[in-house]
Amino acid sequence: MSEFKALDGNQAVAEAMRQINPDVVAAYPITPQTETVQVFSEFVADGLVDTEFVTVESEHSAMSACVGAAAAGARVMTATSSAGLAFMWEVTYIAASLRLPIVMMVANRALSAPINIHCDHSDSMGARDNGWIQLFSENPQEAYDNMIQAVRIAEHPDLLVPVMVMQDGFITSHAMERVEVYDDDAVKDFIGTYKPRYSLLDVDNPKTFGPLDFYDYYFEHKRQQVEALNHAKEAILEVAADFNRRFNRNYGLFEAYRLDDAELGIVVLSSTAGTTKVVVDELRAKGVKAGLLKPRVFRPFPAEELVQALSHLRAIAVLDRSVAFGSMHNAGPLFLELLAAFYAFGDGKRIPIANYVFGLGGRDITPAQIESVYMDLQRIAALGGVRQLVTYLGVRE
Amino acid sequence: MASQAVTQTRLTLRDLSKKADRLTPGHRMCPGCAAPIVVKQVLLAIDEPVVVSCATGCLEVATTIFPQTAWAVPFIHSAFENSASTIAGVEAAYRSLVRQGKLEERNIRFVAFGGDGGTYDIGLQALSGAMERGHRILYVCYDNEAYMNTGIQRSSATPLGAHTTTSPAGKVIPGKRGRRKDLTAIMAAHDIPYVAQASPHNWRDLMQKVRKAVAVDGPSFINVLASCNRGWRHEMSDTLEIQRLAVETCFWPLYEVENGEWRITYKPKEKLPITEFLKVQGRFRHLFRPENEHLIQELQEEVDRRWQRLLWLAGESK
Repeated sequence: MSEFKALDGNQAVAEAMRQINPDVVAAYPITPQTETVQVFSEFVADGLVDTEFVTVESEHSAMSACVGAAAAGARVMTATSSAGLAFMWEVTYIAASLRLPIVMMVANRALSAPINIHCDHSDSMGARDNGWIQLFSENPQEAYDNMIQAVRIAEHPDLLVPVMVMQDGFITSHAMERVEVYDDDAVKDFIGTYKPRYSLLDVDNPKTFGPLDFYDYYFEHKRQQVEALNHAKEAILEVAADFNRRFNRNYGLFEAYRLDDAELGIVVLSSTAGTTKVVVDELRAKGVKAGLLKPRVFRPFPAEELVQALSHLRAIAVLDRSVAFGSMHNAGPLFLELLAAFYAFGDGKRIPIANYVFGLGGRDITPAQIESVYMDLQRIAALGGVRQLVTYLGVRE
Repeated sequence: MASQAVTQTRLTLRDLSKKADRLTPGHRMCPGCAAPIVVKQVLLAIDEPVVVSCATGCLEVATTIFPQTAWAVPFIHSAFENSASTIAGVEAAYRSLVRQGKLEERNIRFVAFGGDGGTYDIGLQALSGAMERGHRILYVCYDNEAYMNTGIQRSSATPLGAHTTTSPAGKVIPGKRGRRKDLTAIMAAHDIPYVAQASPHNWRDLMQKVRKAVAVDGPSFINVLASCNRGWRHEMSDTLEIQRLAVETCFWPLYEVENGEWRITYKPKEKLPITEFLKVQGRFRHLFRPENEHLIQELQEEVDRRWQRLLWLAGESK
């Protein structure tokens, strides 16, 4: 039987890790992810898991040990934030390229300088092209659910791709909410056992992992990696369908909220989507046809699906919690991807799309600010065009 | 983890010659390079199954050119600075899987290789962490005293005054400034069960050390001098003779630190002057110019001081 518990996002992720019972966890504490590592350490100390817990001296070694352990055929997990993800960046690329199904929770936090421990998405967006699957979570329940699904996704025989599960640092990682924790056996049954195709510990069949490729093979290996990601959307949906059936959830590539008959839409990741739902309800009560789309899967980017879900709108605002510095008008990465998707798959329809950068370094975003975005969208829809491509929401200028 | 008794191959040329190479011929290491000699000796000394990790460097790039590999044992290369943390992950996986009954206990030995770049410098943090955590791994540094893979750049293992491409002997600066880092002592300071220094010209000494290292239930480290004739500038055929001179001059003493006890495993009958080691290598040629001879004296003083300290640590002097 599942049971409802009061858990913050970090505890919920640690709870998922306890149920998954990975063979190896190698992790280094960093705010705001620390609590996950602490709670999991207690599970190890109390013998509630079989995990070999490697208390590494850095995030670089955390991901390196994960790579070694995964190449040895173990089910492997870790967690990090911000500078920690930046420090392990090199090895995250290697993990994906060696096709090792590692699962990592990222409690999103701003990057230095200035040093800031609060939420924005610059850490995981900085690793968006490293070959990992990226799942974003709105609340502790989603962080918990995504961790469990991530194991199946990463180990999917068509994929063998590592998965990053994001939640908003502090906002979600430290916010206690009601979380439905499923029965241990039900989770165990859902994730199944992991049978690695190759293992370093198969000493009778020695294999060389991580060889040198020159220009005669490197390109083909990268092409194979692309091919795995080409199957990812399908695999994610397949895993979600089984998860939804077993645990009565409704996961897909994204969540649409009052979007079907909407005219004005906001696209935003993670916890801010929760705030936006409240604003949508208030505006609907006033007769404004507001809607929301919250991408769950950012990598691989579900371009066609998002365009299809949004193409009936009169105006769209994309809210980004990070800046792609030096990109077109210094816009945010979610906006840039969506704009490109509309160009490729929008059938020539020119829906006005504006970008709002918000919440850097943990700056709060209020319902009033989100409402102001919908008011902007009304004007944009009436004008039929965007006057200001990128707006900074809630900054003193 | 229960260790089963394994009948060990005797360390004689007759018996060792019957064993299959674990680093096989056909690799692309340079003729005269000491590194593959070191690796062959290390792996020949171990009778149990072995899993190897290797830092980016000559050894890795020249032995694993896809689609070929020279390794007859499971091998992983991840990056330059993480050979120790990578093998730590492999060892952790082994312990976990065996403990859970998911894998049969096979007494697998876990060996990490790295050059001095990947060990003294960029990989020092990962090495220190892995040693402190107590993984049952053997880390072997093949120390050729510079970044040879990228074309002979100085490292913290490069001797004072040596010419490298980033410490060139110029008109104003006569080669590498500053002393070599004493990494073996740093590893001994980790208070791990076994630390040693070795050289492949004395193969039996090296292999006995490897035997001891993999027998301890914990981390071990062996620092092995490994000449690079391209960087040291000597004839390809002189490799082992020059390594012998490194030991006979006490530039590279052979010793071990077993559970904190320091022991010199080979003592030269007559300690040769450092010039015997320097004069046969092109990288030190400029030191013999009159204006640079003070550097030879400094090198001699460094060797003497370190040798005296080693004698004291080994309880052979007061």
